[in-house]
Amino acid sequence: MKILVAVKRVIDYNAKVRVKTDNTDVDLSNTKMAINPFCEIAVEEAVRLKEAGTASEIIAVSVGPKACQEQIRAALALGADRGIQIETEDSPESLNVAKLLAKIVEAEQPELIIMGKQAIDSDNNQTGQMLAALSGMPQATFASEVSIEDGKAQVTREVDGGLQTVAINLPAVVTTDLRLNEPRYAALPNIMKAKRKPLDVKTPADLGVELKQHTQLLKVTEPAERSAGILVSSVDELIEKLKNEAKVI
Amino acid sequence: MAILVIAEHDNTALKGATLNTITAAQQIGGDIHLLVAGFNCQPAADAAAKVAGVSKVLQVDNAAYEHQLAENLAKLVLELGRDYSHILAPATTTGKNFMPRVAALLDVAQISDITAVEAADSFQRPIYAGNAIATVKSLDAIKVITVRGTAFEAAEQNGSADISSVDAAEDLAISQFISEEMAKSDRPELTAAKVIISGGRGMGNGENFAMLEQVADKLGAAVGASRAAVDAGFVPNDMQVGQTGKIVAPELYIAVGISGAIQHLAGMKDSKVIVAINKDEEAPIFSVADYGLVADLFDVMPELQQKL
Ligand SMILES: Cc1cc2nc3c(=O)[nH]c(=O)nc-3n(C[C@H](O)[C@H](O)[C@H](O)COP(=O)(O)OP(=O)(O)OC[C@H]3O[C@@H](n4cnc5c(N)ncnc54)[C@H](O)[C@@H]3O)c2cc1C
Ligand SMILES: Nc1ncnc2c1ncn2[C@@H]1O[C@H](COP(=O)(O)O)[C@@H](O)[C@H]1O
Repeated sequence: MKILVAVKRVIDYNAKVRVKTDNTDVDLSNTKMAINPFCEIAVEEAVRLKEAGTASEIIAVSVGPKACQEQIRAALALGADRGIQIETEDSPESLNVAKLLAKIVEAEQPELIIMGKQAIDSDNNQTGQMLAALSGMPQATFASEVSIEDGKAQVTREVDGGLQTVAINLPAVVTTDLRLNEPRYAALPNIMKAKRKPLDVKTPADLGVELKQHTQLLKVTEPAERSAGILVSSVDELIEKLKNEAKVI
Repeated sequence: MAILVIAEHDNTALKGATLNTITAAQQIGGDIHLLVAGFNCQPAADAAAKVAGVSKVLQVDNAAYEHQLAENLAKLVLELGRDYSHILAPATTTGKNFMPRVAALLDVAQISDITAVEAADSFQRPIYAGNAIATVKSLDAIKVITVRGTAFEAAEQNGSADISSVDAAEDLAISQFISEEMAKSDRPELTAAKVIISGGRGMGNGENFAMLEQVADKLGAAVGASRAAVDAGFVPNDMQVGQTGKIVAPELYIAVGISGAIQHLAGMKDSKVIVAINKDEEAPIFSVADYGLVADLFDVMPELQQKL
């Protein structure tokens, strides 16, 4: 079974976000970038399926400028076999990403596509579902457990009320939630090996996709600041404040 | 201009987030139709008809929609939605699951998790875990939008819309519901609770959450958790508050043994009053707390329970 994983280059989850002073966007210059944590979980899941003998090949794809090759190399170091970068400007819209990925899916015919549930920059939570729809595939989002059997995937999903289990026909798209697995660290020899693994670069034109603009970013602002309050010295004082000052109990 | 809102329900009752989504639709302006797609869902459709501001309820009753499977539901919304200017759903795990499929099939963008309506085509939404707020304009003819419930009031339930039954069912049969394990609790739902008390890694284990439950019982509160507490297996996943868990905005949020990572703050910093109980005075949670108590939670919680 061939598995495709989509990895996005995003701000490191520990890095501080700055809004540009002219409010046109966030300022990512000199910011530490990383593979989106949910994509890392996706790669890990694919690698485990390969180690279990279920998967035979793992392809890591990223859509973005040349810099996202770093994240593809990171996926290769974790165990993906080859990479594809689709060259676009910074932060392409989700629908465009999904259309580009759909062309790769058409060409590569993977049986399983694993993606993150959410990119921690856009917080969109939509690309995997869009890809599934465009490719006419079923989906299992927010996965916390995946098992493959008889041409189907059985997936436990983290939903608002608890857990839901669905069975989906393959090929299908699965998006990862936090509890699916704990990604490993890439070992140094694997980081070295990853440098020699194949990495193809394609353009939207190569794939016959015309990118359209569907949204326009009008402005980006700082969220309303919360001012730090006061420290209380005892439980009694806390209860008194909540009753008489804040009036919330 | 007419707006199609997709109701979230369990076939018998409407989920609260639907009411907040209707308010967002009202702010956009236009005729509002509410789709109830389910199985044996008459009670949910009746409830939908009572939501103020709704002019018509579309009811589709078929086994294909019993569990709101994304593949079937998206196909239905695609067919019913073409003549609307906007299609809205709550940004819950159900809405997040099927709505992007609708958008892709309509060849339009989805604007996720909006927190304010600026104009019929422009919306605010938090990005980067709420560390920035984007104002986004849609250039599409049909605007597909998911709505953050905590950012909009709940619509009243004193309306009386007509229910029209629509026959449009199709089971794509590519996905199948197997089972679910839903948390059972007498406490209010996290996203609707007026008071929430959440525990983090500092709780040490799952049994210690009983201390939070006892205080919650006194306050009529819901109990939440940080990711670390869920990952460690102290409590189930549906209790996670944060950027990638539930977004809450109660009157009172009490964080116990939670450090206050940005991913956690993203889910609770719009709460009206925040209380932090943590033994580390340097913990970032204190920078957003209205009332901080630097102390050991194992001393504080029993005392709090006793004195409330
Ligand atoms: C992609 C991604 C998504 C994430 N999504 C979320 C999310 O949705 N929600 C979320 O919460 N996190 C999320 N996180 C995790 C987040 O970064 C933090 O790791 C997490 O919130 C930490 O949880 P915590 O505060 O319980 O644990 P810690 O950071 O370990 O803090 C424990 C706190 O307890 C205090 N403490 C310990 N013992 C006691 C005691 N006896 N009395 C009083 N205080 C005590 C300590 O001083 C400390 O401040 C996400 C991370 C990533 C990478
Ligand atoms: N530019 C991109 N390149 C590769 N994968 C992406 C890209 N954007 C989104 N994805 C995938 O889609 C998932 C969800 O992203 P989003 O819908 O933007 O929240 C990510 O975790 C990735 O797996």
